[in-house]
Amino acid sequence: MGAVGDALAVHELRKRYGANEALKGVDLRIGEGELVGLLGPNGAGKSTLVKIACGLVRPTSGSVTLGGAIGYLAELFRFPDWLSADELLQLHQKLARSPGGAAERRELLELVGLAEVAQRRVGAMSKGMQQRLGIAQAMIGDPKLLLLDEPTSALDPAGRRTVRELLENLRSRGVAVLLNSHLLSEVELVCDRVAIIARGEVVAAGSPDELSRAGGVEIETGRGTRTFSQATREDVPRLVRELVDAGEDVYEVRVIRSSLEDTYLEVVGGR
Amino acid sequence: MRGALIIASFALQESVRRRVFVVVALLTIAFLALYGLGTWQIAKSADEIGDTNSNGIEGRVVAGATLLGLSMFATLFLGAILAVFLTLGAVRGDAERGLLQPLLVRPISRGTFLAGRFIAAASVCAAYVIAVFLASAVITDIFVDWWPDRIVGPALELGVAVAIIAALALAGSVVLSSTANGIAVFMLFGAGLTAGLLGQIAEALSSDTLADVSKGASWVLPFEALYQSALSHITADTIGFTRFAIDLGPFGGAQAFGAGLWPYVVVYSAAVGAAALWAFRRRDL
Repeated sequence: MGAVGDALAVHELRKRYGANEALKGVDLRIGEGELVGLLGPNGAGKSTLVKIACGLVRPTSGSVTLGGAIGYLAELFRFPDWLSADELLQLHQKLARSPGGAAERRELLELVGLAEVAQRRVGAMSKGMQQRLGIAQAMIGDPKLLLLDEPTSALDPAGRRTVRELLENLRSRGVAVLLNSHLLSEVELVCDRVAIIARGEVVAAGSPDELSRAGGVEIETGRGTRTFSQATREDVPRLVRELVDAGEDVYEVRVIRSSLEDTYLEVVGGR
Repeated sequence: MRGALIIASFALQESVRRRVFVVVALLTIAFLALYGLGTWQIAKSADEIGDTNSNGIEGRVVAGATLLGLSMFATLFLGAILAVFLTLGAVRGDAERGLLQPLLVRPISRGTFLAGRFIAAASVCAAYVIAVFLASAVITDIFVDWWPDRIVGPALELGVAVAIIAALALAGSVVLSSTANGIAVFMLFGAGLTAGLLGQIAEALSSDTLADVSKGASWVLPFEALYQSALSHITADTIGFTRFAIDLGPFGGAQAFGAGLWPYVVVYSAAVGAAALWAFRRRDL
């Protein structure tokens, strides 16, 4: 069950499509204003998890508790090409009963860098512009939780930076975000926590720092390289002292860190 | 209800922007012009129209009822096309294109979405067939000098008939792809017409079995029953040899389905709506 203040609480979530079990008892919590990255290979169950949270897919068992209104941007989305950006946001304002009016639409379009093309039809926008419009659409009605499924897949580096800044801005406003992305570097840069899903299960979870765990210490001495695989950065002064006391000459010390990518590949079975 | 009206207005706005109504209006004007031309030519060439001939048959009534019956057939067909094309991809088609998901997450219930799409399609199609039927009646009156015995009842029956076709197409869109749904609904429409034809053959051959099959099929596809009922109502007060002559004509098999038809239509529509909602709620998007 979700705790008070949770924007999303997923408990023992299972989803079966015929013989294929897409989710095998997933537990996940996202606190208020928390930015959580969801990583995993294709077919791991990430989109299924997000769609169940949105109510688009029925779970086989388990529960999803939402802390308030949600905004959602699907991985494969499309907006009516005959609507302008402003009209699209207006439609979603009506459906979400948002009282924000023109001011909210203007602010959101400015946030995603589309204020200049508010009257342009969706059909005349590039895929990247449509993706940014999708993010603005998801933010209509001041949701407590944003579920973004690959929100930067069609964006160029500048667009990705805009989205990263936007996500940080959202966090500062107390909006929780579940970011489903293949871009590990992006997740590492902005997310407070990361959950890695593989074969329908959460196989690793923690902060990016925790998941980029220490991988030991290497010390270059006069007698060659000494490796201390269980040692951390905090162990370095003691190790150096012990080696010097033992009469060895120390030339260089390297703290080996395993990157998020290494951890990811390790837990999803990529190597 | 508010959400349903927003969805309905959105669907109608799409039809306006995509110029669906402009195309429909232009084609309908062409249809009415052709109908007027045909009616004028028939009225001009048939000298006996307007007179009662030696057999006691009022040619003007027979010609007027037959021509308007023909127009009603075409009107229902045009209305069915409109109903099918406004709804055939409303659920599965839009979900496959990724258009539906952002709307449903807002959140609006799936029932609200279906209700909105039905309100949009049914109101447009019903208004359309009623307008075309009334225009045809006026054209018939102008050229043949004949006005149907009932006008409001048949107009409503045609309107509701096409609303039922819209409901069937919308329900089909939940489970079928756009193409399959379009084919399925037109085949159902064809089955309804076949039921009507069977009724006419039954009338000509005095076959009770065929008449029962026709009537049964019309109850299963009540848009056909409503169409038949509308046809019979335009000559509801016509009697004698003129009635006999109309019965021998192409729309002579038309039968009234009694007072039970309207309650049945309400129950039928509710059942179609409930089945569509049940299937939609079970559908993963």
